[in-house]
Amino acid sequence: MTKSELIAMLAASNPHLRQPDAELIVSTIFEEISAALARGDRVELRGFGAFSTKRREARQGRNPRTGATVAVAGKTVPYFKAGKELRERINRGAAAAPQAASPAAPEPARARRGSVPHPAA
Amino acid sequence: MNTVTRAHLAEAIYAQVGLSRNESAALLETVLERIAAALEAGEPVKIAAFGTFSVRQKGQRIGRNPKTGVEVPILPRRVLTFRPSQVLKARINGQPLPRAGRDGGA
Repeated sequence: MTKSELIAMLAASNPHLRQPDAELIVSTIFEEISAALARGDRVELRGFGAFSTKRREARQGRNPRTGATVAVAGKTVPYFKAGKELRERINRGAAAAPQAASPAAPEPARARRGSVPHPAA
Repeated sequence: MNTVTRAHLAEAIYAQVGLSRNESAALLETVLERIAAALEAGEPVKIAAFGTFSVRQKGQRIGRNPKTGVEVPILPRRVLTFRPSQVLKARINGQPLPRAGRDGGA
């Protein structure tokens, strides 16, 4: 799946959204994550994963073809660690067909919300 | 160092697109869910100028419980890897953007 396919899917599942809006939504999400990483911030999306940066110190590298030593400058690299829920989902996809409840079942959540006593009640 | 959360991303969508806060949050969730579903199906997700998420199959190997030294098989599994694009890597290092046309990550 590419970014444009993601945009098309978002527009198709939300008919009231105009195509430019769907595009802006997807772009905004990745722009905000990129900007946060560029500031040195961390982005944590529970259940999905966390984006952070890691520092790589300067080191002596080697040109694999000539064997000559070259200085490699230090740098900061982006890093993504999948959340527990996503990790398990991906792994579940490996073992035969996914057999656990499909994510398209909103009923339990709704029932739970209704059963929670209102603090003001 | 600050931590950016769903709430911040939803707020950015709200500010940029002019939808309600509720709808902005719901659409953010839809986008994350679409990405997760594609990965669950084993399909890579390529986001230009950001990076590529892909699923890799790992074979079975023999591991060892580091505390007891007992050998245990590590079952075959699938893991998610993220490969950042050249554009994102350059941006994080405050460097000028690499020339268009050859973006390794996406």
